[in-house]
Amino acid sequence: MMPVPSSVPQPKDDFQEELVIRPLHSGDIYASFQFRTLWETDFMRGNKVSHYRLFPKSLGQVISKFSVRELHISFTQGYWRTMQWGQPFLPSPPGAELWVWFQDSVTDVDGTWKELTNVLSGIFCASLNFIDSTNTVQPSASFKPLGIGNVTDHRFLRYATLPREIVCTENLTPWKKLLPCGSKAGLAVLLKSEKLFHSSFHSQAVHIRPVCQDWQCKTTSWELRQTLNVVFDLHTPGQGKLEWSLFKMFSRTLTEACPLASSSKIYIDITDDPQGEQFEVSPATHLLSQAMVLGDRRTFSVYDLTQQITFGTVRSLNLLIRWKSRDMLRPLLHAERYVAGYGLQTGEIHTLMYNNHPYRSFPVLLLDSVPWYLRLYIHTLTVTSKGKDNKPSYIHYQPSKDRVRPHLLEMLVQLPPNSVTEVTVQFERALLKWTEYTPDPNHGFYVGSSVISSLVPSIVAMDTNSTREQPLFSSFFPCKEESSYFMRVYTEPLLVNLPTPDFSMPYNVICLTCTVVAVGYGSLYNLLTRSFQIEEPSPGLAKRIANIIRKMRGVPPL
Amino acid sequence: MKILTLLSLLATHLSASSVNIEENAGQFFSSGHTNNWAVLVCTSRFWFNYRHVANTLSVYRSVKRLGIPDSHIVLMLADDMACNHRNPKPATVFSHKNMELNVYGDDVEVDYRGYEVTVENFLRVLTGRLPPSTPRSKRLLSDDRSNILIYLTGHGGNGFLKFQDSEEISNVELADAFEQMWQKRRYNELLFIIDTCQGASMYERFYSPNLMALASSQVGEDSLSHQPDLAIGVHLMDRYTFYLLEFLEDIHPSSKANMNDLFKVCPKSQCVSTPGHRTDLFLRDPGSALITDFFGSVRKVEITMETINLTEPIQQVEQNFVNEERQKETYSYVDQLPVSEIIHQKPKQKDWHPPDGFILGLWTLILLVFFKTYGMKHLKHIF
Repeated sequence: MMPVPSSVPQPKDDFQEELVIRPLHSGDIYASFQFRTLWETDFMRGNKVSHYRLFPKSLGQVISKFSVRELHISFTQGYWRTMQWGQPFLPSPPGAELWVWFQDSVTDVDGTWKELTNVLSGIFCASLNFIDSTNTVQPSASFKPLGIGNVTDHRFLRYATLPREIVCTENLTPWKKLLPCGSKAGLAVLLKSEKLFHSSFHSQAVHIRPVCQDWQCKTTSWELRQTLNVVFDLHTPGQGKLEWSLFKMFSRTLTEACPLASSSKIYIDITDDPQGEQFEVSPATHLLSQAMVLGDRRTFSVYDLTQQITFGTVRSLNLLIRWKSRDMLRPLLHAERYVAGYGLQTGEIHTLMYNNHPYRSFPVLLLDSVPWYLRLYIHTLTVTSKGKDNKPSYIHYQPSKDRVRPHLLEMLVQLPPNSVTEVTVQFERALLKWTEYTPDPNHGFYVGSSVISSLVPSIVAMDTNSTREQPLFSSFFPCKEESSYFMRVYTEPLLVNLPTPDFSMPYNVICLTCTVVAVGYGSLYNLLTRSFQIEEPSPGLAKRIANIIRKMRGVPPL
Repeated sequence: MKILTLLSLLATHLSASSVNIEENAGQFFSSGHTNNWAVLVCTSRFWFNYRHVANTLSVYRSVKRLGIPDSHIVLMLADDMACNHRNPKPATVFSHKNMELNVYGDDVEVDYRGYEVTVENFLRVLTGRLPPSTPRSKRLLSDDRSNILIYLTGHGGNGFLKFQDSEEISNVELADAFEQMWQKRRYNELLFIIDTCQGASMYERFYSPNLMALASSQVGEDSLSHQPDLAIGVHLMDRYTFYLLEFLEDIHPSSKANMNDLFKVCPKSQCVSTPGHRTDLFLRDPGSALITDFFGSVRKVEITMETINLTEPIQQVEQNFVNEERQKETYSYVDQLPVSEIIHQKPKQKDWHPPDGFILGLWTLILLVFFKTYGMKHLKHIF
């Protein structure tokens, strides 16, 4: 094998991994893994990329073949309880969610979208091939690109959710295979499915986008972030004490960092108790770091896995966290959604958005995508805050077409301080064709979560300076101004019963009809067409012998 | 003289060893297949059919253990039991009570799941008639030298197998699918195992060559389930597949066990139903077919002494540093919620259409009435 000539510079790639552990108010614990691969290459222009090192080849080929500018896919099991757990670092709705920005050079966006969903369903072992035009929407103002870019024409954006999608080990296995170290070294050894799925909330996601290479931002590199958020329930392992360790959470301890990673760190949120009175972390560490995340300045103890002293003499790291009580993090924005009404004909969807800030109001963009079989009556749409009508400053509504596309409703609403805003709309349920029902129609039909994107005022000044090295969990959403930060909140998905026919009816009808026809008509037919003949009963044995003898004698029989 | 004897000895030795080599070579290639595939299907939905998923996963586990890689296995599970909310131990599917053996494992890859397991998809996988955008992991890319193992389990009856409580596949359809596979040269030899009630009826109608079939019960008999687990609350496995799993756990990749041993699995005393098998369409003697011909993936390696000359690698053309121009422009992140921009986002300008019939008719009427009342001579005043 001849070595590659050195005149062609190999693009540089970099891999970082981190784990953030945040104890929650109710005693549960929230762990967030982030794995980031940065690669200075260009999939779009010029030569085809052929040598992959840290960046997974399957995703690289997807990007170049389908001219993808940004790709965000998440698989979630469970619903994030904002009021009990605060805000997540990366929000995601229950089920599967996929949104993609295509490059400007794509001519047939819908056809490329369909092929992309099929390829991704093979990569992630999920039934993403059920994404088609009946559940895909093209938002007009939400879901702006999270990576760099100048022009945003929403014709190249597609968004779809599958609220029914199940997440299990078969989705985790290919996700782990995309990591450079796999699940053999580094933080990924903690990802054991038996513990991860025995939790209140589990979400794994893949985000691909172009980012600035440095603070000057003259060149771009591709960033692949793989995130996994999990919330472990206090009462599941049986013990009720507010004590957690890596072994209790993941049934594993750490022995080494991933050799291919340039940085491998664990952050533990100790903001509420920096002195260590109510809170205890062992083994102790002197490394502290502060970060501006979710509008608040939080303090973290840092464990650097690339340093050998972190592992101590036993060569393994098992963090132990003990705390007595914790303050409740009051989230500023919170949302709920439910279906009201009775019967199987009509209903009403209510979406409630809570603004818990005492004196500031902020704008909120609500995106609702309702399947076509719930026929929305938009003339009954009302938006009320504090009892008074609140007119949205921007409404975009695209009506549904039966069996072709869903309803799309986007509204920009200003939420007044310390209030509840209620959005209600009435709907009617459609009767599906009998072949369109799923094999278990009495379970109900799902309506995907609403997405609420907002700029929430922050308590401390956010860091817009991107020159400093920031931990991964605080650098996901780009921050343009200091006084507010961008956030997305997802509501619950809805489960709606549609009028279901009795599928045993054809069988019963056929049996009954055939019985009636056979018994009723058959008897009548026989009575009318049968002719009756009188028949002599056959004589006894003695008479028969006598008749034979008489025949032989030539005498007429008896 | 001595040289002659030496030469003759050498000649006979060479001929003997060449015969040996030929024999070995003959044994090496006796089965005629070069790759192995497996299609494992569970057709039942709902929590109380846990045992069907456990059946399929235990065959999946054996087949993976004996060497067939995930890329050559098409696994179809009609419902999710491992992460079902009724499962007291999530991400596990057990086959033995007291939770001894977790057949779900840590690296399972399910290709068709949930609503995707339909009769149509199953037949399309077998015959290869899939839409062009189907990914590789969902395709059966077998050729005429592939040995395929097909395993079906679920609820069945005399001549049919129920898919997901809403549709059925009949034995005639299955036989025709296999005939299509034979005509398209999609298999070398095919082993068909079915674990349902009255399973033997499913292989009655086969008519393509090189098929061997096993079923867990005869026509008129029910296949019974093995043992419930009180913690999980459902029956964990079916009897036939339970004893099949026990039998396969003893097989390793170099085992010489053959099909006759497989026919003896689960006699009537253990299974309560009578397992059946069919070998009349199989061209070889079943005693010469090894278990690993279907359940394992024994790779055949050919050693060659030829040398191949490698050509010079293609010289990369130096990258034109057009980057110079691109470096002038600075990129920036997009504003996530530009409120003023959104509010003033103008709606799409509708294309101008010429006025349609109604407007034209209305204007014509107005003009007619005007000229009728005032007369044509006033035209010159207007223009």
